[in-house]
Amino acid sequence: MKGSVGSSIPHDSAHLHVSGEASYTDDIAEPRDLLHLAIGMSERAHARIKSIDLQPVRSAVGVVDVILVDDIPGENNCGPVVHDDPIFAPNRVQYVGQSIFAVAAETVDAARKAARLAIVDYEDMDAVLDPLEAVEKKSFVLPSETLTRGDSRSALKVAQNRLQGRVHLGGQDQFYLEGQIAMALPRDDGDLFIFSSTQHPGELQTLVAAATGKQAKDVVVECRRMGGAFGGKESQPALIACIAALMTQRTGRACKLRLDRDDDMRLTGKRHDFIIDYDVGFDDDGNIGAVEFVFASRCGMSADLSGAINDRTMFHCDNAYYLPNLNVISHRCKTNTVSNTAFRGFGGPQGMFAIECVIDDVARCLGIDALDVRRRNFYGVGERDITPYGQKVEDNIIAELVEQLHASSDYLSRVAEIRSFNAQNEVLKRGIALTPIKFGISFTATHLNQAGALLHIYTDGTVHLNHGGTEMGQGLFTKVAQVVAEELQIDIDQIKITASDTSKVPNASATAASSGSDLNGKAAQAAARKIKGRLSRFAAEHFGVAEAEVVFKRNEVLVGDNAMPFKELVRLAWFARTSLSATGFYKTPKIHYDRETFSGRPFYYYTYGAAVAEVVIDTLTGENRLLRVDILHDCGQSLNPAIDKGQIEGGFIQGAGWLTTEELWWNERGELKTHAPSTYKIPTSSDVPIDFRVDILESAANREETVFRSKAVGEPPLMLALSVYHALKDAVASTASDGQAVLLQAPATPESVLNAVRALQCTDTTDHA
Amino acid sequence: MHPSSSDKPAAEKISFLLDGEIIEINDVDPTRTVLQYLREDLRRTGTKEGCAEGDCGACTVVVAELDHDGESVRVRAVNSCIQFLATLDGKELITVESLRGKDGSLHPVQKAMVDCHGSQCGFCTPGFVMSLLALYKNNASPTRLDVDDALAGNLCRCTGYRPIVDAALAMYDESSQRDASDDWLLGAKGTNTEKPLQEKISKLKSIRRTNNLAIKQAGRRLSSPRSVAELADLIQAKPDSTLLAGGTDVGLWVTKRHRELDEIIYLGNVAELRNISVSATHIEIGAAATLSDVMPVLVEHFPALQELFVRFASPPIRNAGTLGGNIANASPIGDSMPALLALDTVLVLREGQQQRELPLDEYYVGYQATALQPGEFLEKIRVPLPASSSGLQTYKVSKRFDQDISAICAAFCIGLDGDEIVTARVAYGGLAAIPKRAKQCEQMLLGKAFERATIDAAINVLDADFQPIDDMRASAEYRMQVCRNLLLRFYLESTGAETERVYGYNRA
Ligand SMILES: Cc1cc2nc3c(=O)[nH]c(=O)nc-3n(C[C@H](O)[C@H](O)[C@H](O)COP(=O)(O)OP(=O)(O)OC[C@H]3O[C@@H](n4cnc5c(N)ncnc54)[C@H](O)[C@@H]3O)c2cc1C
Ligand code: FES
Ligand code: FES
Repeated sequence: MKGSVGSSIPHDSAHLHVSGEASYTDDIAEPRDLLHLAIGMSERAHARIKSIDLQPVRSAVGVVDVILVDDIPGENNCGPVVHDDPIFAPNRVQYVGQSIFAVAAETVDAARKAARLAIVDYEDMDAVLDPLEAVEKKSFVLPSETLTRGDSRSALKVAQNRLQGRVHLGGQDQFYLEGQIAMALPRDDGDLFIFSSTQHPGELQTLVAAATGKQAKDVVVECRRMGGAFGGKESQPALIACIAALMTQRTGRACKLRLDRDDDMRLTGKRHDFIIDYDVGFDDDGNIGAVEFVFASRCGMSADLSGAINDRTMFHCDNAYYLPNLNVISHRCKTNTVSNTAFRGFGGPQGMFAIECVIDDVARCLGIDALDVRRRNFYGVGERDITPYGQKVEDNIIAELVEQLHASSDYLSRVAEIRSFNAQNEVLKRGIALTPIKFGISFTATHLNQAGALLHIYTDGTVHLNHGGTEMGQGLFTKVAQVVAEELQIDIDQIKITASDTSKVPNASATAASSGSDLNGKAAQAAARKIKGRLSRFAAEHFGVAEAEVVFKRNEVLVGDNAMPFKELVRLAWFARTSLSATGFYKTPKIHYDRETFSGRPFYYYTYGAAVAEVVIDTLTGENRLLRVDILHDCGQSLNPAIDKGQIEGGFIQGAGWLTTEELWWNERGELKTHAPSTYKIPTSSDVPIDFRVDILESAANREETVFRSKAVGEPPLMLALSVYHALKDAVASTASDGQAVLLQAPATPESVLNAVRALQCTDTTDHA
Repeated sequence: MHPSSSDKPAAEKISFLLDGEIIEINDVDPTRTVLQYLREDLRRTGTKEGCAEGDCGACTVVVAELDHDGESVRVRAVNSCIQFLATLDGKELITVESLRGKDGSLHPVQKAMVDCHGSQCGFCTPGFVMSLLALYKNNASPTRLDVDDALAGNLCRCTGYRPIVDAALAMYDESSQRDASDDWLLGAKGTNTEKPLQEKISKLKSIRRTNNLAIKQAGRRLSSPRSVAELADLIQAKPDSTLLAGGTDVGLWVTKRHRELDEIIYLGNVAELRNISVSATHIEIGAAATLSDVMPVLVEHFPALQELFVRFASPPIRNAGTLGGNIANASPIGDSMPALLALDTVLVLREGQQQRELPLDEYYVGYQATALQPGEFLEKIRVPLPASSSGLQTYKVSKRFDQDISAICAAFCIGLDGDEIVTARVAYGGLAAIPKRAKQCEQMLLGKAFERATIDAAINVLDADFQPIDDMRASAEYRMQVCRNLLLRFYLESTGAETERVYGYNRA
């Protein structure tokens, strides 16, 4: 049988990707009369708009219409949670790039040229441009939150050793290759049909309806595939779709808004950058007694998803470690910069980064290998297994996983070899680190952990599959089809995978939080089981056998001693008036969580993994390179090992980019100057280590009853890249004597690495004696 | 007027090949890009736009043309997003849609990408396929480093590249199972039989133009002369024209800054301007020779340029971009200039019949300002030989190794007599408004012994030579620190104390 669960079949669209035949939103045949839109953007970080002269825009060649805030018939909002995200800035702009108006023209070029012609008279106001300033001024998008376990104050006081530190952790642009885009089409009676590159068609439908003064029933949203998303298309596409919808509503013509790359990067949210303060108490063996964290994250000008993102930071600042006394304060800083948003890991990476920095400092302070400190502090099995938010870690495999990787990566002898290399080399230094991950799976907002699917079987035995998930390259559609193929025991090529569509499966959650195949796989399985049940009952009745004697197997159905092709049974069932269409529904069991007290069981289960990274740095320039990486990652019982491996490798390299070459740089006016691939550098092929060994943990069935005992894999591998950052720290540390903390700001660009080297050399007197 | 191609009236339409057909277009807008033409006019949407500035590779297409000798075909990947359609005149355009076989089967490059799981979201994929196709047609057995270089201009945010690199190495096996005797595209380098090759050559010959091109459309004009003399006349007659060589800088003025270029003179069809010749005394490079053509010649004489050139942009940019354009563009962070300054390069400038020589050192007069007079253009670049320059070294420091703009670029060329420094040329990019020699530092070196104390003294005066600025690529402080440290690194390498760099560490 082709495409059963566990087989490494290629992505369902692979043959279309390679031939350019896979169609993305901008490739859909354009309707006659299509108008092209462009956004007029703010040039100021914080200013009152005294006046806008749009005459030059209106009279530019090819311009058909211009809209701004007063032209919105419904609500001026595209914010998903708090309604603080205007579609068009009302009378005050809050970041450079904010949308003020939109222009519709006959060509893309005409629209973009015209959008630059507005004459806006601004009156500048004080702008808050970085999180620390925001904390000082108590400028927050949401109230600060605290998570407490035990008594960290007292524990810190009595600890044998205590360290404090501050580290800057940069943000990250999603840099999906396909920029933000939506095309709106007018339908009968004022209804709207929206093609959008979105991870969240359902929410987009709601927001478009609200903005246009319509109801959900009047709007349909469809997305066949995205050219990458990574969280950047969870809430951000709403603005684009709302503008296209508003213009379509006004002009009665189809409208397409496709952002130019530079505009996309200026106008849409990114991963939050953080300033992290910590205070840790530990004994002489490296056992951590208490930690206090203060997180200040740049949320930008509005709340967007920052609440849940920063919550996840708090939930993940333990990573794989038992922290008996902990106090976490999380500030959600309001700054006059673009509103930051979801990005693979959703705040988790920043929390894990923080505790890994603490561990590294503890180890360097004590002069022992950081891996020993990590092992000492791992969650226990059957003891020391309660997280700070009260969830019991029931599926802990981190210790065995790390031991296995430790051995397979030859960690010990490589450490020794690197130490001797460093002793013999003045300028080049190498470093190595092994870091673990434990990542909680489920949306922390319990109600989002639900999914629906729709399945039809046609009389020729072929299947139409639809569910609420979206395809952004992660292979979700392929995996869900594999689940259905397995369930119905038919070849996967008998199943048509179809576009996400709000009119087929309603009220779907965003495809996010790594939950896509967990939720939608289960929902599709439920739908398949419903129809299979009807077919079985029919067959039992029709052929006079017990239902248990009807077995679906490899494109056939065994009924007692007889076998018939699947499609034959389907045809017979249809003839006997059996319903061959079903919906499926799933909600994640066991989870519950009280946001007031930050306690409960927010996560259905955890996934685990670990990576060893080895690097080399140049202590004269700070240039650095990843030399070798060994990864062992937990996918449960993988639905498709090839696709999962793709997620692991891709996530890891993306994480390595976040922590090394990808730097967001604003000038003193609050203008983002790294807003295109010429200035914002994601990894290229030659940044991938020549020696790259990636393994999926074997015999690792999920202990929870997930779809075929698989585990979510979308986000967690990104955090394996923490090993790269710590390997760089290790290399930097080798330039000075033991016992010194390394201050390496992330991203570890050549400049940041050189700064860290120089800082060590300034404080290190022994080395220069 | 000069007796030449202009004896025939200039053509007003362009012709090129696409999928074996000759396409003729009468009314090309001179700044319409190949990508706009494909996506908007032909609705061939396989080729994607990811940035419209040559930096992501989603728009990569392959261009085939007759080689200089007229008897072989050269195949090059280029970025369609910044390539003007008019520059395809006389060439063949190959896009991702051109690849499937007549029977619908996937091309070996495509097949390998599927089999190796080389696509996830798939948006970057057509661009990768086209870069791989260029590799497939140009290199019979690439190494991992060749593959990395071939892909340096293609970004993928999903896969982490490993499966794409695998596909690059596997595509040759896929091809061995095909019959390429009838299909030029199917044959990897060295495997094509004569028949399809000869057909290709004669097809390309059939559209080869011998007269000039002069296009007028949408209020814009583009002239494409074929001889230097005609070019010189044109420029003299219209000194305000925009000279277009590879367009890897000019293209962005249009796609990003929305500049209207009303009068364009295209240099790419002036054969003499693409010549490269080597004599006993110098290498002479026509200003419009592409970086891809120039670099191997320079590297042959100055092996120290190898790393710098592999890291200069990406193959598609180097295939279009020219050395003359790099120099004339006068960016303070242009990568060729520090090395050319260190090599004491001389420019040949021309106005009408008038030629003059000017040391590169005197060419830059201020931020993006040059000594070029109205009506004048850069004709040739002369790099002196013999390589008295065993002492040449170059360095590029940037956030990312491949396809990044330098934060600092440096070149050092020191000539020794015994132990004494007799010539010293030290040049940096990224530290001032122009690429510039460090004259005070050079003075400090001259006549001294080549030893650590001399270097330390020279390092100490670098502050007097440069006052860099902060920007998104690096802070002023970092730039100065690295400026000093690179001179030290040069010394350590010259004395054999340091033998390795991070860039090439363990990659050979
Ligand atoms: C993605 C990308 C990456 C890049 N990476 C690098 C890099 O790593 N290092 C680097 O240095 N540059 C880089 N560049 C810049 C660019 O590719 C180079 O400067 C290239 O050499 C320009 O050559 P061209 O032929 O394309 O110039 P064009 O764009 O055609 O012209 C550039 C300028 O020179 C003028 N000009 C051209 N020829 C002449 C002539 N003969 N006489 C007088 N004026 C002339 C033009 O009028 C124009 O002002 C990059 C560009 C892109 C888009
Ligand atoms: S679209 Fe990015 S290189 Fe052309
Ligand atoms: S597959 Fe998505 S960018 Fe390459």
